[in-house]
Amino acid sequence: MNSGIQLQAPKMPLLLKKSGDLIETSFKILFLCCAMAGVISVSTIGWFVFSEGLPALKEAGVISFVLGKEWLPPALYGILPMIIASLISTTGAIIIGVPIAIFTAIFLAELAPKWLANLVRPAVELLAGIPSVVYGFFGLVIIVPGIEAIFDIPAGNTLLAGIIVLAIMILPTIITISETSLRALPSVYKEGALALGASHIYTIFNVLVPAAKSGILTGVILGVARAIGETMAIIMVMGNAPAMPGSLLEPARTLTANIAMEMSYATGIHSSALYATGIVLLAFIVLLNGSLLYLNRKKAY
Amino acid sequence: MPKFTQSISMLTRKRKDRLLYCAIWGSAGITILFLLWVVWHILANGLSHVSWEFITGAYTRIGEISGIWAMIVSTVYMVLLSLTFAAPIGIMTAIYLTEYASPVSKVVRVIRFCTESLAGIPSIVYGLFGMTFFVTQLGLGFSILSGALTLAMLILPVIIRTTEEALMSVPMSYREGGYALGCSKIYIIWRLILPSALPGIVNSIILSTGRVVGESAPVFLTAGMVTQIPESVMDSGRTLTVHLYKLTQELFTQNEWDQAYATATILIVLVLMLNLATKLIATKLNK
Repeated sequence: MNSGIQLQAPKMPLLLKKSGDLIETSFKILFLCCAMAGVISVSTIGWFVFSEGLPALKEAGVISFVLGKEWLPPALYGILPMIIASLISTTGAIIIGVPIAIFTAIFLAELAPKWLANLVRPAVELLAGIPSVVYGFFGLVIIVPGIEAIFDIPAGNTLLAGIIVLAIMILPTIITISETSLRALPSVYKEGALALGASHIYTIFNVLVPAAKSGILTGVILGVARAIGETMAIIMVMGNAPAMPGSLLEPARTLTANIAMEMSYATGIHSSALYATGIVLLAFIVLLNGSLLYLNRKKAY
Repeated sequence: MPKFTQSISMLTRKRKDRLLYCAIWGSAGITILFLLWVVWHILANGLSHVSWEFITGAYTRIGEISGIWAMIVSTVYMVLLSLTFAAPIGIMTAIYLTEYASPVSKVVRVIRFCTESLAGIPSIVYGLFGMTFFVTQLGLGFSILSGALTLAMLILPVIIRTTEEALMSVPMSYREGGYALGCSKIYIIWRLILPSALPGIVNSIILSTGRVVGESAPVFLTAGMVTQIPESVMDSGRTLTVHLYKLTQELFTQNEWDQAYATATILIVLVLMLNLATKLIATKLNK
């Protein structure tokens, strides 16, 4: 984002006194040390998650850990049901949330009158700031009973409830980033298309959206990351059964929920297995961030 | 192109346009409706149960009025302490990145990459790490301190990025003017750059306050869920979000429902206030 701008202050003239030089250098070193805090944090977390997770992976075997269908600590550690639940809930949230979010972003950037956009934008920001437990609570009191009533099942704590809650939660991320990238387009794109006689809608979907594609995709990827990482709202509405979900109307447990539910009492190899769950979670995030890097590299050239 | 086919294609084009037009307005409507629904539902059910006794009362499992004062105190402790750790480090990192390091240097790339990775780690992994490292290995136990250290790592990227943007928006001429007058670099940073970037820096602190208030998974794994008012940072404490989570696990009596709604109401009001504060600063910035 910032790499293109050279914002370094000009080099100091040679007139400095020695004592001033010392102070300058010590401040520079202080700032550099602080800047290393982030590096240290990431490496400590990464090292910890891997070294704590390895014993479980060794004991159970990577293949049977990732592809195992039974989670029965301390006997069996298979997290395939959780991987599937995480993937399904995220995919579902994307299918519902992404179109709504992109259309809302187009609305804010192109169609809405200024006064309306100025009302909707803070509302979207508010949506982003609401804590995830509040979404979970809302899901618990509205969506879960709603699913019980509509599908006539005894318990509404299902994969579907999780999908709906996640779809609401990823809206603000995608809307904000897509709107920003739509607004950042040079105005000649739009003017050119309109001058050629294209309609406003045609211009939006055939000129502006393709031009802002990488920004919109960035928003979607960050939305996916939020959905994969979400924990509490999911625990509150999805039922948390560590079994393979047979349909959208069955309870399920995601990778994040697996960690949060059992961490407080797990010991030994069980705790290590939760760290290994964290490794799998991180693998997903690395995959997402890798695709983000790829996108941004394409944008830079 | 013959006139006839042209008018046909114009017609379908128009119909398609109208359809997409409806989809856009409809989607925006859905977004707003969901927001209004969530906020209205919680405020409508919760506002009437928010009272002075509820806010300042002690938490009891069986009492008629069960307050949340201890959770408010824990939340405030958590915010203050994690900001004490993260804000100075984050701000100084941003100063290093914008004022000292060359943007293309290897060090900067490594720092940027790590900060971005830090921002991408799911919060539950922070909880996992914090629980083993701070709680167990460093022997801090389930305490506000363990929680605050964990959350400080979590909000560090937010502070760095927002402060960096604030520093970048300070005009180059400020620095040039300072150097022309023979000021030292640290003097220029302290007296010229930081004061003019202050609204942006305050903004980054408000943003991370929102993050700390809203987090729950890493908090209950590191700070625990004791409902007493914490006497020191070494005590365990339950923040508002963790409290709401615990309440929803035992929604049996009407009283418990009311408490959950009231707690959610307090949280939404808090978020509203934080949003308002950022808005005020933004208008001040644009002046």
